Amino acid sequence: MSSTTSHRALPGTQKTRETVKQKSALPWLTLPALFFFVVFAVIPLLGVLVLSFANWDGIGAIGAAGMENWTSVLSDPELYNSLGLTFMIMIVSWLVQTPISLLLGVFTAGTQRYRAALAVLYFLPLLLSSAAVAIAYKALLDPNFGLAMGLGLPFLAQDWLGVPQLALGLIIFVIAWQFVPFHTLIYQGGVRQIPKSLYEAAQIDGAGTIKQFFHITLPQLKYTIITSSTLMVVGSLTYFDLIFVLTGGGPGNSTRILALDMYLRGFRANLMGPASVIAVILVVIGLALALFLQRLGGKDQQGSQLEGM
Amino acid sequence: MSTVLKSDSKPGTAASTASSIKAKQSLGTRIRRLNIPGGLGGWIWLAVIIIPVYYIVITSLKTSEGYFGQNPMALPTSPTLENYQLVIEANFSTYFMNSVIVTLGSVVPTVLIAFMAAFAIVRGKGRYLKFVNGVFLMGLAIPLQATIIPIYLMIIRLNLYDSLLAIMLPSIAFAIPLTVLILSNFIRDVPNELFESMRLDGCSEWQTMWRLALPLTKPAIVTVAIYNGLHVWNGFLLPLVLTQSPGLRVLPLGLWSFQGEFSVNIPAVLASVVLSTLPILVIYVLGRRQLVSGLTAGFSK
Repeated sequence: MSSTTSHRALPGTQKTRETVKQKSALPWLTLPALFFFVVFAVIPLLGVLVLSFANWDGIGAIGAAGMENWTSVLSDPELYNSLGLTFMIMIVSWLVQTPISLLLGVFTAGTQRYRAALAVLYFLPLLLSSAAVAIAYKALLDPNFGLAMGLGLPFLAQDWLGVPQLALGLIIFVIAWQFVPFHTLIYQGGVRQIPKSLYEAAQIDGAGTIKQFFHITLPQLKYTIITSSTLMVVGSLTYFDLIFVLTGGGPGNSTRILALDMYLRGFRANLMGPASVIAVILVVIGLALALFLQRLGGKDQQGSQLEGM
Repeated sequence: MSTVLKSDSKPGTAASTASSIKAKQSLGTRIRRLNIPGGLGGWIWLAVIIIPVYYIVITSLKTSEGYFGQNPMALPTSPTLENYQLVIEANFSTYFMNSVIVTLGSVVPTVLIAFMAAFAIVRGKGRYLKFVNGVFLMGLAIPLQATIIPIYLMIIRLNLYDSLLAIMLPSIAFAIPLTVLILSNFIRDVPNELFESMRLDGCSEWQTMWRLALPLTKPAIVTVAIYNGLHVWNGFLLPLVLTQSPGLRVLPLGLWSFQGEFSVNIPAVLASVVLSTLPILVIYVLGRRQLVSGLTAGFSK
């Protein structure tokens, strides 16, 4: 092999010899990153599939379980409760967060000074950890010493963490509070990339603000919407931290989303096998959603985005 | 109309300057018309964001008499730092140092190895590099939570359970895909002529990477470092599952335990929330522009 390469390079100019050299040197640079990624992300990903067919209590020996974990989990009504809750929170969160983030993104992309100042404050929740947000909201919601009393709004004085519907509503609100800033940032960037000439042309054609929004801003933001939605939808599978600290899955099992169900089965009930089954389901849903949303965006995102410029 | 457009295509003429001024003015009116509903919504969202933040800060400065006696939204009559003192004395500094170690120990290696990979992916050709790039892109869709059980098993088998290194290793792995994506987008923007001239000067790819690509990618590196740092600093699940000693708690876990310990002392709990956020706030104030511009560049390209 090597003799043919050198033979080919010889009659060529200096350039071709060097490109051959580059080809052989560059791939090595990817090895450290690939190593970490394969060992601590890809292997665990495969490992979770293996463990879903195993018996393990988290401490002792690992034994084979055959299809047992799968049959027991798939016939457990708790799984379908968790699945339903996960999708419900995913869809409602998307419906709540997307319009708010999009409008705030357009708003903060404006050049006015006060908007820039507001944007600085909008991003504050990005700095807090989910644990901190959950703990702060628990204090905020205290009926006697929290917001309800402070603002004089008695309807806020509810047993937020004690009633299933209220707890769900609260979780969706807190998720929006925490994550809208991030998506606002993405939309703000998207809006700023729209060529000004498009608006100028629309103005010449006499299009009003609302028409411009629907005929220029929205279509131009297509790929931004897909990016943001992918992150939002796939990310919604991972609202674990917040819900774990805020409700712990309660009251009852009314906020026990899949990720939490997995944790509780694995690390509280010491049933790593069934927990791995849930994890596999999580991965499959995540990948399926990501692929579906990519399809929506078309195959060649980068190329088509440049077309508009 | 058509004459205006025609003259616009000849830059530098008097007519084109006039038309661009016109366009600017009309752009101004467009935004001014949006102002009323847009501005209203903007201020409402500001209230939604600020009221909880305000409550957290003022409550953390209240004495327990103030907390139980005053209106919850009123400024403290006798602001005190005793809650902060209480929290700092209750092991906060240990948790803080653990978070610093875990964050730096994850971010520095992540950025270094992801930069090398991104450079290779952009500059190199061939099936292998395309494959690696594809692996990382797929990796973006792997939820960390779903792999926590095998990670737990591996960490036990590697005798790393209950150590800070246990948190760092998977943190690095899961930060790599997005870091490579953002950095390769930036390196792709470096004009090819620059690489070409480095090559003509006889520099190897290794030298080109450190002398040309690294300085030019610096803003993006700062950005991904801050972004990843934020994630590791705020991470909860990995420390929850992979450590157990109180001496090895990182901040989010520490907050959670404070919440149990001081369940009756809400001002102290909120003081711990504020304290855990302060370092991030400092970084936000200093590096906001880089964080904001870099993040959007990574996602919208």
